[in-house]
Amino acid sequence: MAYTLSVNGRTRRVDVEPDTPLLWVLRDTLGILGPKFGCGIAQCGACTVHIDGAPVRACALPIEAVGKGRVTTIEAIGDSEVGARVQKAWSELDVAQCGYCQPGQIMSATALLAANPRPNADEIDAAMAGNICRCATYNRIRAAVRRASGQPEEA
Amino acid sequence: MADGAQTGASRREAILLAAGGGGLVLGFSLAGKGEAAQAAPARLNTYVTVKPDGWVEVVSKNPEVGQGVKTSMPMIIAEEMDADWNKVRTLQAVSDPALFGRQFAGGSLSIPLHWDELRRVGATARALLVAAAAKSWGVEASACTTEPGRVVHKASGRSADYGSLASAAAALPAPDPQTLKLKAPADYRIVGRFTPQVDTPAIVTGKPLFGIDVVLPGMLFATFEKAPVFGAGVEAADLDAARAMKGVRKAFVVEGSGGLEALAPGVAVVADSWWRALKGREKLNTRWKAAEASQMSSRRFEEMATASARLPADKVVRHDGDVDAALKSAAKTIEAEYAYPYISHANLEPQNCTARFQNGKMEIWAPTQNPEPGRQLVAKTLGLKPEDITVHIIRAGGGFGRRLSNEYMVEAAWIAREAGAPVKLIWTREDDMRHGFYRPAGWHRFKGGLDAQGRIVAWEDHFITPGSRDGQPGRSAGMAATEFPARFTPNFRYNLSVLPISVPTGPLRAPGSNAISFAVQGFIDELAHAAGADPVDFRLKLLGDFGLVGTPGRDGYDAARMRGVLKKVAEVSGWGRTKMAPRQGQGVAFHFSHMGYFAQVVQVRVADDGQIKVEKVWVAGDVGRQIVNPSGAIQQVQGSVLDGLSGALTQEITLENGAVVQGNFDSYRLMRINEAPPVEVHFVLSDNPPTGLGEPALPPAPPALCNAIFAATGKRVRRLPVDPALLAAG
Repeated sequence: MAYTLSVNGRTRRVDVEPDTPLLWVLRDTLGILGPKFGCGIAQCGACTVHIDGAPVRACALPIEAVGKGRVTTIEAIGDSEVGARVQKAWSELDVAQCGYCQPGQIMSATALLAANPRPNADEIDAAMAGNICRCATYNRIRAAVRRASGQPEEA
Repeated sequence: MADGAQTGASRREAILLAAGGGGLVLGFSLAGKGEAAQAAPARLNTYVTVKPDGWVEVVSKNPEVGQGVKTSMPMIIAEEMDADWNKVRTLQAVSDPALFGRQFAGGSLSIPLHWDELRRVGATARALLVAAAAKSWGVEASACTTEPGRVVHKASGRSADYGSLASAAAALPAPDPQTLKLKAPADYRIVGRFTPQVDTPAIVTGKPLFGIDVVLPGMLFATFEKAPVFGAGVEAADLDAARAMKGVRKAFVVEGSGGLEALAPGVAVVADSWWRALKGREKLNTRWKAAEASQMSSRRFEEMATASARLPADKVVRHDGDVDAALKSAAKTIEAEYAYPYISHANLEPQNCTARFQNGKMEIWAPTQNPEPGRQLVAKTLGLKPEDITVHIIRAGGGFGRRLSNEYMVEAAWIAREAGAPVKLIWTREDDMRHGFYRPAGWHRFKGGLDAQGRIVAWEDHFITPGSRDGQPGRSAGMAATEFPARFTPNFRYNLSVLPISVPTGPLRAPGSNAISFAVQGFIDELAHAAGADPVDFRLKLLGDFGLVGTPGRDGYDAARMRGVLKKVAEVSGWGRTKMAPRQGQGVAFHFSHMGYFAQVVQVRVADDGQIKVEKVWVAGDVGRQIVNPSGAIQQVQGSVLDGLSGALTQEITLENGAVVQGNFDSYRLMRINEAPPVEVHFVLSDNPPTGLGEPALPPAPPALCNAIFAATGKRVRRLPVDPALLAAG
């Protein structure tokens, strides 16, 4: 099946089966490797991308369900003011350990701050709870979200 | 340390191939080309190349798995070299033991094994640059100093940047590294400073950095199905049904050889995308041969352990004094049984590997912690010469010991050769969860005796562990004869029984220690409470006024260092001085492993329904006189602590009919951010060589948690994972 997608501001045409998850269209068909594979069942959040600004788990979203939604991946999130701020905080605080989950973390954090510019501690935890960090960089993730939202890092 | 020019160039190119600067650039070297026409970069030694523009390339020899060595090891070189860190580029070495010696990420050993060597590597480079400057200025080298990236001759006011000196320096004879004076720590400009990881800019922008991101021209994608029951062979599979699926190029049975740590039997499906390979795999309907392991179940293991605990042990590993007499004459005795389950490494990046077989040569891109044994395994299994195999070490999405094994590497190599095309093999999460080398389950039956003054006068641990039929503990399932509190209690006996269980096991972050500490520090806590003593005071008394016990580097245990971190953590946590609410409490534990001394206080609040909220953790650690990179160091400690808590709270691998039950993160729960307490880290500096931080902060976390739960609820957790239902009020 042929699908026309909007990915990172570009129109892309792909020919894949309807049940192909968006993640594998991005990674294997389009060579967009920032979104990561962790679980395949929307449990870990490593594959998080935005569709029309909302965070979705690309590993469990069939391509046929994407429709006309505008897909944004970690590769282009820095084009938005909020995304760039989140990436900057992540760099300054050196959030990553292995780094594998961090594209997904940054996508979730950016979606949070776009919707809620000054989230409190519970709101941060709630918004980020879908993203597993196996290295458990959670202390720094919290601090980076707070820094990116202009709040003191210690709650 | 001039290799012949040709060898040096080819190795250099290989290094660059593996590194790829801003991402994985495979197949050609960007850096080599443009520069060939200009001044050549000058290679000062195996690790250091200075470019004409002043940029310094420093090779990082060991695999990066999130422990931070791709940053911390080059920092050490750059420090002694007096490089400008803002003009240092780090390159990941390929696997080349002839050039680099052992390259691995394990045992928290990168820093202790290389601290001296890497400082001398940097000092050698600096000495060459200084000598080149001195020669060109006609002054004594001893009259020259360095500033970051430059040599300075103060007397004449001259200075030259490293880039301009590089080719002259490379032509000079290298000094004997042992004769070089190293910097005083007070003069450090890089080591000891908060330094973000060198790959951080690439990580936060989603650049392809990981094994799973490797892309080769003409590459196909593979999935490899192995038996649910460990090691079972393939009886039959509907290969044609798989081949009929769109995009599937090959489907074939792999007979396997050499056991689970080598090439296991299975069925490979190769397609033009990984999703299509999976769709083909769904059609295989594989039938597996009967296997002896299908008798295994977790329930059976429990029955075996319970029976074993009632019987005399297989053997006495250690007996100091007379435990039976001491128990008989003790003022008070207590007994307890502790148990912990198998757990999985659950690296977030599933096992994967990319391989290309061309003209008799195998090239492999592997997120491995242990590349050279992988190369040897591929050579042996495929009948290739090791020298015809190149292993590129690729950043791994988590190690935790899982990637010390290399079976994904030999699978990828085998499948690529069979497929006749470059292949990227990716395991599903379920493949990963069900084909691990698990942290072994274990059981401890303790007896302890206290004298009238509340001191431990007798300690007996009957340790029951999985292993072979002939009584050998399985991989990572043993316990040292010197495990604490051996040597610290006058009457001590360690009995060992081995259960014949063949679940594959292996090292998981702080192997042995990560589970033994839970049992030992839990039972110490029970003795403290039985003695009516404060748990910190009781532990300080147990450590006594001992200094170094045993031999450093072998079985040495420096009780003074442990007292140091224990006192520190009591101080910073407000131990004994903080008023606790009902069902709120603090617990303490300490453990020595991987040359690091760690003590922790965990504070919890347990709801009436038994749900546990870990409110905060305080950590004090002693890993010597120098923290190389405070950013990475704090990260490793926080990550280890939360890893330990996560394991204790929710993780358990169980078996039924010889197969692992759990498959994904819905049934195998890892800690999430809303469950993660703040972890406050304090380093106690001591006049000892710097040691590693990948592991030693983990072991105290599970027992400190359980001891806190006791303080909050009066209920003793003797079995992991913690069952909240047992902690409900009333």
